[in-house]
Amino acid sequence: MSGPRPSPAARGGRRIVVALPYAWLLLFFLAPFAIIVAISLSETRIGIPPYTPILEWVEGAGLSVNAKLGNYAFLADDPLYLNALLSSLRIAATSAILCLLVGYPIAYALARTPDRWRPQLLIAVILPLWTSFLIRVYAWMGLLKTEGPVNELLQATGLIDQPLALLHTPFAVYVGIVYSYLPFMILPLFAALERQDPALLEAAHDLGARPVRAFLTVTLPLSLPGIFAGLLLVFIPAVGEFVIPDLLGGPETLMLGKVLWIEFFNNRDWPLAASVAVAMLVLLVAPLAWLENIRVKRAEGGA
Amino acid sequence: MKRGLTPILIAVLISGYVFLYGPIASLVVYSFNSSKLVTVWAGFSTKWYGELMRNEKLLDAAGLSLGIAFVSATLAVALGTLAALALVRFGRFRGRLLFAGMTTAPLVMPEVITGLSLLLLFVSMEQLIGWPDGRGVVTIVIAHATFGIAYVSVVAQARLAQLDRSIEEAALDLGARPVRVFFTVTLPMIAPSLAAGWLLAFTLSLDDLVIASFVSGPGSSTLPMVVFSSARLGVNPQINALATILLLSVAAIVVLAGWLVSRRAGKAR
Repeated sequence: MSGPRPSPAARGGRRIVVALPYAWLLLFFLAPFAIIVAISLSETRIGIPPYTPILEWVEGAGLSVNAKLGNYAFLADDPLYLNALLSSLRIAATSAILCLLVGYPIAYALARTPDRWRPQLLIAVILPLWTSFLIRVYAWMGLLKTEGPVNELLQATGLIDQPLALLHTPFAVYVGIVYSYLPFMILPLFAALERQDPALLEAAHDLGARPVRAFLTVTLPLSLPGIFAGLLLVFIPAVGEFVIPDLLGGPETLMLGKVLWIEFFNNRDWPLAASVAVAMLVLLVAPLAWLENIRVKRAEGGA
Repeated sequence: MKRGLTPILIAVLISGYVFLYGPIASLVVYSFNSSKLVTVWAGFSTKWYGELMRNEKLLDAAGLSLGIAFVSATLAVALGTLAALALVRFGRFRGRLLFAGMTTAPLVMPEVITGLSLLLLFVSMEQLIGWPDGRGVVTIVIAHATFGIAYVSVVAQARLAQLDRSIEEAALDLGARPVRVFFTVTLPMIAPSLAAGWLLAFTLSLDDLVIASFVSGPGSSTLPMVVFSSARLGVNPQINALATILLLSVAAIVVLAGWLVSRRAGKAR
């Protein structure tokens, strides 16, 4: 990637090209994280802004730091927050696995689709992402209602006599997450499956492996990077999901995203909301780093 | 991977697409239902479209959202293109790792964190330097442009990486300055991906509920905020009508984009 040595003017131009987006992202993406950590250490108060200042200039004493760990102690003490954290992790992990079970056969079938149809079918997987997320979650409110079509269908087939309460249950949250994030699962799986060398399966076949065994020992292990990428792409945003548990979930589907929302908008406790956000970030550092690692490896391997 | 579909795989594909598109289709069907119960069919009617057109609050919010989406997508394309250029073309530079991280992290960062952290930034900035003065359209535009940059730069990086550099090198050899080469050679070649990135940033801005809820102020309710507060009260046929209109617009854009691409491909042949 090294061209001719750039002239001083070109170097100046390059600096501007880097500096503009760099400065923007430092100010509006990175700095906010420092501030959220700082405010999570302050205390709530009535006023504008509704939290005590962290750094204060005290006459005669100079700069005083008022950082308190009270919010974190409160989070650790109250079982509500621990429950929300555990149930967020459980719901996000379960939906990621459900998404994999639904998405893998689809991605596999797509990878085996003849070239003539593949581009159209792939676009059709991505297309729902272009329609409103909120509207797609809302669609399930109508479908899962007690007098909605899903219940009617189940009653018509004789599986149930009385309509089931589907909306505002954990089931509805799982359906919502799997439905909304399915394309994020299918795409990395497809990418991993599609580039597998057909000669490998032929070799397995020639050596006497049955299709199931060949799949389990060749195709599945080779698609592991796609599986991990897909699981993380569903798990990470699902941990902080707010809209789906709010519209489709009930009181027992407490998730961190919703707790943060309630602390901020309903209880107006900004510092506590900030400490929930910091806790969520700490939780997500490892999966985020793992995802970045997969991405870098793929970029190096694919280039 | 070997090509070829068995009947089972065809069944998998069909049920997969039914799952992906069934709920969307149900929105459209029930938008023409005269019953207020939405999912209990009571005859064909277009009355909810009429009521939608008289819903001032919703129309105002729609106008505001379209404006915000337009400005933030444009900002995102300008900054996202620069970011992609720096990441693909400049090799190593100081702070590159952090820069690359900041351009991809917004893609997966939970929205509640992004929203709350940006709000706290705006409040702290207002205390320190008096800007931004309160929260509203400006703060929503900044927030949306920030995650838009990430999407645009991903799309633009992919295109830049596969570009044939010999054309740009030829222009440089012929004495064109780098800035001129960028505008006359590079930009036209990456324009389709920038258009795609703009559309993506526009759509995401139009759709964002969580971040906008945190950084908006009184009097600046965006369309998703109005839709959400109505959906929280239960299903409402007006939302179905709105959803249908939004879906038709997306479908129209996709058909148009497909037509443009195929026309370009036809010309190239």
